[in-house]
Amino acid sequence: MSERLASLPRNPRWLGWVAVWVVALLAPFFLESFWLQTGLFAMSAAIGAIGLTILTGTAGLLSLAHAFFVAVGAYGYCFFAGQESVGVSSVSGLGLPPLIALVLAVALSGLCGALYSPLSGRLSGIYLGIASIGLVFIGQHILFNASGVTGGFNGRDAEPFSLLGFSFTATDPALSIAGVPFEDLERLWYLGLALVALAYYYGRHLTDGRPGRALEAVRDSEVAAAVMGVDVTRYKAAAFTVSSMYAGLSGVLLALVFNRIVPESFGLALSVEFLAMIVIGGLGSIRGAVLGGIFVSMLPKLMDKYSDSLPFLAQPGAGSGVEPGQAARFAFGAAIVAVLLFAPGGIGAIGRRIRPARSEAPTPDDPSSPTPEAPARSVSFPSKERSA
Amino acid sequence: MTQFIELFINGISLGFVYALLALGFVIIFKSTRVINFAHGSVVLFGAYLIASTQDNLGFLPAVLVGVAGSAVLAALLYLVILRRVRGRAADTVTIATIGIDILLATELARRIGQRVLNIGDPWRDDIVRFGDFGVPAARVAAAVVAVVLLGAFMAAFKFSRWGVAMRAAAEDGETAALMGIRLPRVALGAWCIAGALAAVGGVFLTTFPTPGVDRAAGLAALSAFPAAILGGLDSVVGAVVGALIIGVAVSLSGGYQDEISFLGRGLGQVTPYVVMVLVLLVRPSGLFGTRELTRV
Repeated sequence: MSERLASLPRNPRWLGWVAVWVVALLAPFFLESFWLQTGLFAMSAAIGAIGLTILTGTAGLLSLAHAFFVAVGAYGYCFFAGQESVGVSSVSGLGLPPLIALVLAVALSGLCGALYSPLSGRLSGIYLGIASIGLVFIGQHILFNASGVTGGFNGRDAEPFSLLGFSFTATDPALSIAGVPFEDLERLWYLGLALVALAYYYGRHLTDGRPGRALEAVRDSEVAAAVMGVDVTRYKAAAFTVSSMYAGLSGVLLALVFNRIVPESFGLALSVEFLAMIVIGGLGSIRGAVLGGIFVSMLPKLMDKYSDSLPFLAQPGAGSGVEPGQAARFAFGAAIVAVLLFAPGGIGAIGRRIRPARSEAPTPDDPSSPTPEAPARSVSFPSKERSA
Repeated sequence: MTQFIELFINGISLGFVYALLALGFVIIFKSTRVINFAHGSVVLFGAYLIASTQDNLGFLPAVLVGVAGSAVLAALLYLVILRRVRGRAADTVTIATIGIDILLATELARRIGQRVLNIGDPWRDDIVRFGDFGVPAARVAAAVVAVVLLGAFMAAFKFSRWGVAMRAAAEDGETAALMGIRLPRVALGAWCIAGALAAVGGVFLTTFPTPGVDRAAGLAALSAFPAAILGGLDSVVGAVVGALIIGVAVSLSGGYQDEISFLGRGLGQVTPYVVMVLVLLVRPSGLFGTRELTRV
């Protein structure tokens, strides 16, 4: 214990984490519902982005199919937890307890990822990226047409979450802590935090541990990895499965926050947003994915909310000028290009570049000193040479 | 049977439109190893430029302006952004083009808004009749123009100095550079040509039977992606064959949608991707693509 305390001043990061957690845990007590909802969307995005950064950043498999797996998670949860309903929009459902539905939905996403592996294992680099676009379009087509399960164009409602009889709704049971009424968003907030924490720590352990090293080896050279004893096909399939499960979990949370899901939300645009998150955060960085997820998902909502006070924005529907949604798209399109041009390691790497400059200047020939130019993690594929 | 042949002919003519776009992907990929995700936006840019200048200039001069404009835009993308990320992994550069596409598509969507612009083509909604079969005149024109352009490109690719330089650069960039071929210049030429083809493709993508230039036209251009992929990304012939297959598949699945309604409504939009996935399952490098061998 005393050793731990002694190491504290040298480890301000530890304090930073405590501060982040205290703020996150107390947030429902002082934030209004707009911020809670935006925060929950950010949590969902962060979970999905962690999954994609493992796949694209660590394993080097470019995927634009993430939106499809998010949709599988979201609709899977609604189907497993939902009740059978007949009437104008009749949808079927199994009516399972929400926790089990959540686990099953995540498993279903993972299964879809695994089923995709015969294709993903055979295709190299760029072919894989474009084949994955196909999955998004085909998936959306199914969502629109399989109306018995998905509700078709109009979508379907998501069953509220409940845990051991405690329901994550506004009233059942009515709850108020320290004078703050705890309604659905406040309750979901803690569920979201727990899921993000789980996703983060699992992701860190995965990428820092043996599987992460194996995947990085596959990314850098499949042949070299195979020579080292890495089962390349299996690891690629596993990367897809894990990443899809993350996407599924992100989808479940998204469904819970939205209350109602429609196929429109799960198009190519969502996949591109996920890609933007991990590029802005720095490919392969779990923390970067969380930061990128928060940035990309919150930006449009913030621009929307403050369009009155931001002088360069027009009112939505005004017809001229830049609308908030468009401004947000400009911002993250520019962010992708700028990050790739000037800061290939993403947001996280900028911090790493600044830090050594602040402490005493490292001598170049001291191998233990952190290098000012942190090696950029970029997607790189085995340099395959074509031979006749 | 009549319906089948009519749909087939329409599909071929649509395929030639896709071929112009797919060829753009292939040229850029061959010369710079980049998949240009911003291609759809370049197509939309060309069409928008033509639609907004044709009132004052007339159709043909407007097309020239659009073609030149798109070529310049593509060249600028290469010079300002993509040349700087050269040397990084090809996929990083590809992701950069996605960022560019977001910027361009947002700006064009903002300018076009909810409007549907008329491209001002002389064919309007005329139908050319071949015996019992009717094909929109615009599509016939598309096929003729595409065949001429594709023929010219392939001849240039085969015989001109630039074509030889480009093939050499694609085969082995380092050796080509040692032989005195200026790779940046070859790449710049490739981007320009792809941009020009994109504008021509944009014209025919927005003539009859499609309503006109709207903000979704860039997305329609994405259908050329599967065409380029299933033909094989580094094969010029593959791009054309792939585009024709996609064109026919789209036309047939659209025309017979009542018969195959169990597959769902709006199948026409997903057909290219279904065909692509099926082909890739059997041939991972496309129909004519170079199979990548790993040398240790």
